[in-house]
Amino acid sequence: MDPVDIGLWGVPLAILAGAIRVSTPFLFVSLGECVTERSGRINLGLEGTLIFGAMSGYAVAFETGSPFIGVAAAALSGVIFGLVHGWICKFKGVNDIAIGIALMLLGTGLAYFFGKPYIQPVAPKLPSISLGGWSDLPQVQAALQVNVLFLLGAVLAVFLWWMFRSTRVGLVIRVVGDSTDAARAMGIDADRVRLLSTAAGGALAGIAGAYLSLYYPGSWNEGVSSGQGLMAVALVIFARWNPINCFWAALLFGGAGALGPALQSVGVTEGYYLFFAAPYVLTLGLLIATSSPERAMQGAPAELSITK
Amino acid sequence: MTNVADPLAQRSRTTGLSVIVPRSEAVLIPLAALLAGSLAFSLFLLLVGKSPLTFFGLVWTAGFSTAFSWQNTLSQVSPLLFAALCVALPARLGLVVIGGEGAIVLGGLAAAVAGAVVAGWPPALALGLMALAAMACGGGWIATVGALRIKRGVNETIASLLMAYIAIALFNHLVEGPFRDPASLNKPSTLPLTESLRVGEMPLIAAHWGVLVGILACIACWVLIERTTLGFAARIAGDNLRAAQVQGLPVGRLVIGFTALGGAFAGLGGFFEVAAVHGSANASLIAGYGYTGILVAFLARHNPLAIIPVAILLGGFAASSGLIQRRMDLPDATILVFQGMIFVAILLSETAYGRFRIFTATYWEGR
Repeated sequence: MDPVDIGLWGVPLAILAGAIRVSTPFLFVSLGECVTERSGRINLGLEGTLIFGAMSGYAVAFETGSPFIGVAAAALSGVIFGLVHGWICKFKGVNDIAIGIALMLLGTGLAYFFGKPYIQPVAPKLPSISLGGWSDLPQVQAALQVNVLFLLGAVLAVFLWWMFRSTRVGLVIRVVGDSTDAARAMGIDADRVRLLSTAAGGALAGIAGAYLSLYYPGSWNEGVSSGQGLMAVALVIFARWNPINCFWAALLFGGAGALGPALQSVGVTEGYYLFFAAPYVLTLGLLIATSSPERAMQGAPAELSITK
Repeated sequence: MTNVADPLAQRSRTTGLSVIVPRSEAVLIPLAALLAGSLAFSLFLLLVGKSPLTFFGLVWTAGFSTAFSWQNTLSQVSPLLFAALCVALPARLGLVVIGGEGAIVLGGLAAAVAGAVVAGWPPALALGLMALAAMACGGGWIATVGALRIKRGVNETIASLLMAYIAIALFNHLVEGPFRDPASLNKPSTLPLTESLRVGEMPLIAAHWGVLVGILACIACWVLIERTTLGFAARIAGDNLRAAQVQGLPVGRLVIGFTALGGAFAGLGGFFEVAAVHGSANASLIAGYGYTGILVAFLARHNPLAIIPVAILLGGFAASSGLIQRRMDLPDATILVFQGMIFVAILLSETAYGRFRIFTATYWEGR
């Protein structure tokens, strides 16, 4: 089938396609950060976890030949980073934000250290599912090549929303996030809940990294992440700690990230770097718009250090 | 008679060890953390089959053993001093600002652009204007972070890091677009500075003037924080925000002032990188000094005087990176791993303060 010229319609289509493609890592990191923050802790180190996940996922996928084992390895490495963060934060006087920054540096360093030999080799990619069979236009079909992880992320968002709303585990996490004292009165070990929540968040960040290296952009190098792990922290605030909102916010951020390449595809190259900065500007703008100096943010876990 | 306490004898007993030992806590605990981080890193090297002894030997050789290696080390120190001040000053007010990289990059660009404008002017005046442009740019950038915190309650850590990404995108856009020197083909750069606008090396020490200015800036910041009422007010606000507000201290202006000052120093660091090292603003300016500066500030526990030795130490690590890569066949990220481990150890050590009775004055009294 020959490509049909669809003119400027290509821009919104490319943004939609890009939004689905680019949003997946945002979705996973923000869901992970959402679980961690709901327990009252903030993990700024997810950026490092994401980069290490991208490296370990790629390396394991290359060595075993299976991208899914790669994703599992990335999730496992994320759990380890999460456990380290959660364990260190347990000590009195340790600042969770600063530990996040340190683990961001350490994770990035370790990923570059062990990832050097894997920059050249080509690992098998994650498969995608065609949802565009109904259309005759090849562009539409290409745009609706949806990766399995995106669909998994969407399901996970709904699952987490349900978990927080109507399960015991969700309730325990919420109690710990809202009041350590109340949790203690209920006989809940707050540190352990936070440790496990941070580990779960790390696992999801690791998966997000594996998506970056195993699907889109689909290779491992030192510039594989463009700060998704960090933006996710702001994204969760914007999403008001609600997993369903995280899904929509991730799509919005993905669309912003796809703006530059979409315009480039129709020949607009002016100001490439400025369009490249669109997600950061959007994040900052939303953060300014949704923060307030007077009141605590609506829906925020009360034990969270950034909202106190 | 024997039971009457002699006030003079009492006083003499409270000097000596009971004064020195408690004060040494602030030095000994970070040193212990540095040691612990180095041990963890040694273990890491052993696990990947490399010798920690060779590693630390090479750090010593390449960073500190000869006049030549000191020159290498000092060449790294200037941006680290300025970047660390950009973290330490807001930190005294309780703010974790980690986007110094953005202020360095934009400050360097401002200096390069100003340098093109004032090219024919008397060098002293022109250099002063370039430095001012850099400081205004960097200061304005980080002061925005402070203002957002005060006016809108935006988390300063996330905002500053996002703004660092935005600054780098802006820098790339301007260097490859409006401010590009048409003659720079492979590596987009601004117009090169004329020879008279280059900052040279200091006499006797083979390092550019940025090192001295950086050290003086650290001393000035120490005086500001520890010996002025302004600094006292800032420390109160950093320790207890509510108390400062109740006392009627101008917390908002303090935050904006300290973030602006920190950013101005980072911008000045960018000025020296452009005027003393690169000669124009280009991608080499985005070297991650802002991020290493975070580690320097935390290792120094946000004490401007302590920043000086810590910056020299970490400058030496950075300077030895090349030799370690060649001799030990290790990737360039090795130093990053080392820094990360030290960083984790130093933050973990925060929990040790006040835990050891040996550091309390009462432990030594009467001994």
